[in-house]
Amino acid sequence: MKKKIALAGNPNVGKSTIFNALTGMHQHTGNWPGKTVSQAIGEFQYRGIEYELIDLPGTYSLISHSEEETVTRNFLCFEEYDAVIVVCDGLCLERNLNLVLQILEITPNVVVCINLLDEARKKKVTIHLDLLEKKLGVPVVGTEARKKKGIDCLLEKLHLLESEHKKTTKVRYPRKVEEKVIELEAILKKKEITDLPLRWLALRLIEKDIVLEKEIINHWKISLSEDPDINKVLETDNDIEKDIFASAIMQKAEQLTMEVVSYQNPDYEKRSRKIDKILTSKRTGIPLMLLMLMFIFWLTITGANYPSQLLFDFFSYIEGYLVHFLEFISCPSWLNSLLVGGIYKTLSWVVSVMLPPMAIFFPLFTLLEDLGVLPRIAFNLDKGFQKCRACGKQALCMMMGFGCNAAGVIGTRIIDSKRERLIAILTNNFVPCNGRFPTIIVMISMFLVAANSSGMASISQVLWLTFIILLGIGMTFLISFLLSKTLLKGLPSSFTLELPPYRKPQFFKVIVRSIFDKTLHVLSRAVIVTIPAGTLIWLLANISIGNMSILAHINNFLDPFGQLIGVDGVILTAFLLGFPANEIVLPIMLMSYLSLGTITDYASISELKTLLIDHGWTVLTAINMILLCLFHFPCSTTCLTIKKETGSIKWMLYSILIPTLCGIILCFFTTLIYKLIV
Amino acid sequence: MSQVLTLDCLKVGRSAKVIQINNTGSIRRRLLDLGLIPGTIIKAELANPFQDPIAYQIRNALIAIRKEDSRNILVEEL
Repeated sequence: MKKKIALAGNPNVGKSTIFNALTGMHQHTGNWPGKTVSQAIGEFQYRGIEYELIDLPGTYSLISHSEEETVTRNFLCFEEYDAVIVVCDGLCLERNLNLVLQILEITPNVVVCINLLDEARKKKVTIHLDLLEKKLGVPVVGTEARKKKGIDCLLEKLHLLESEHKKTTKVRYPRKVEEKVIELEAILKKKEITDLPLRWLALRLIEKDIVLEKEIINHWKISLSEDPDINKVLETDNDIEKDIFASAIMQKAEQLTMEVVSYQNPDYEKRSRKIDKILTSKRTGIPLMLLMLMFIFWLTITGANYPSQLLFDFFSYIEGYLVHFLEFISCPSWLNSLLVGGIYKTLSWVVSVMLPPMAIFFPLFTLLEDLGVLPRIAFNLDKGFQKCRACGKQALCMMMGFGCNAAGVIGTRIIDSKRERLIAILTNNFVPCNGRFPTIIVMISMFLVAANSSGMASISQVLWLTFIILLGIGMTFLISFLLSKTLLKGLPSSFTLELPPYRKPQFFKVIVRSIFDKTLHVLSRAVIVTIPAGTLIWLLANISIGNMSILAHINNFLDPFGQLIGVDGVILTAFLLGFPANEIVLPIMLMSYLSLGTITDYASISELKTLLIDHGWTVLTAINMILLCLFHFPCSTTCLTIKKETGSIKWMLYSILIPTLCGIILCFFTTLIYKLIV
Repeated sequence: MSQVLTLDCLKVGRSAKVIQINNTGSIRRRLLDLGLIPGTIIKAELANPFQDPIAYQIRNALIAIRKEDSRNILVEEL
């Protein structure tokens, strides 16, 4: 028989690190039935026993009713399981014990795992684990999950859990509550309720927990609050404040913490605070954030240049051999042209343009994330979101959007209010994802910055890129504001934002993780859509109706509208055909130009400029290309994610419509202005 | 002499004891979850460039709360 173990804990305490340390590769993820909260289940073996580990969502308590908390509490109340591991942050024990105590009221089969002991030690905070174990009455293990320390001990305690008979600590409530609990327990006992601890159930009845009542009706098909005996007890002396439950538990946690934790260095957070002061102060906060952003762009742009060219050369070198090889095996010339001119060329484009910036940007970004800088940025930007009547956590989702908009949309789950979450979803596309970055960079380096390799050029490239990103962020604010005034009317809801302590990132792990998890993932997606798209383009360009190819027909059809907004039909076609993935917009565009004109081999980015100018490109075209790249419909993956997350096609359509309209309007105006000046 | 004020008026760097929480709805529960109950000692630790929200040290965690919400929390300056 497999044993079922649940893993619970506050957010940000290293729960997933423990999960990974225990289960390794044997895990699968999905969603909780009917919820948007993700669920991970893993398996492991210890001393011949098989275990199934269920990762419960991170929660601060079981009292409030966010989706995460409902999922966790329902699992603990109504599912079968053998034990719960509660992961705690050693540096923030009080708040974590709060959850432990609440879980202990539901089940005694608990192993408490105090994680991040290394961080605590560094800050000279000592936690007396033995004493805590004695006080709580359940096993307590100290771990440093990132270094895999203490995992064996955790397994051993889990293994021995059943053989021990436990007398766990109980939170005492004020007398009038305790008196009612005794009465209610007696009544519930008569009703032969055995699935939940009667004491806990009695407490929730006194608290008048409507959500739980509904779940009980759902699961057991009985209503407890309508029971006359129970009601009689509840009605008498009915002046119990709801908060005393939370307060009593918190006070107990506070008392326990005082007994088991000793601080050798009360100023242990001094350095963190100093950094915080600089990062968030009136004078330096915003400029530093901008500098940080620019520094990352600079590293990405300058770092990506050389490897990009190298990959370019490599692919064109291989291309020659590929053509020869295909000729050698007497492949028909149309197939040769399809494979090389259609698929291979597009693929090599995508890889050489996309891979280097991604391989630099993703790890840098993950480093910032690991350091704990992102919540500080959200903290700094909150006022803006508040003014736009949106949630401050939207800044976090926005930053995730820099990596991938679909990920950013999923990230909006951290926003509790439905209205604010929709705003965050609809505006996520205003920051360019990694698939769009390279296009913008290529445009800047080709048309906006004088082409030389001096330091000044790369700095002005960075300035341009920063300006464009700020434009996207400004648009995020503007559209959030407009949405709050129109489609999604409402006042900002309350929220709290935790600023976790800075953590030293694990450089090696970050690099490996971001390359394998993110870079290769995004790249493989790009490659997968490139193959059919490349084929389609080749077919469109090579099948003729009348005396023109289909592609030329489409281009001609879209051209008048394109001219109106300062671009051409080819660009618009590229954006439309690039719907599966933004990465392929640029290659599609270049391929259609190539197939329209004389076919020449363009071996480097700089030579491509000639091609574009030959097709009537000006600075205006480049600017509008950038604007359209920044403001157009999300890619197909993001659209599907939006539909899934909002559960409605309507919002997906809005998410397509809003940025596209923004782009068209902006381009229309730039064109107008350009024509007036030139 | 101790002085009673609303939390949004507590200057950065000063500590205070929570007296009463008058927020309602989800924010009230969230604050309780984070350990903000009457009697808790908290410290205004950090202001952002626009002085709103302010981050408070609450039970060893740094939590940012918007002025709009801290206005409803009554504290006694220490």
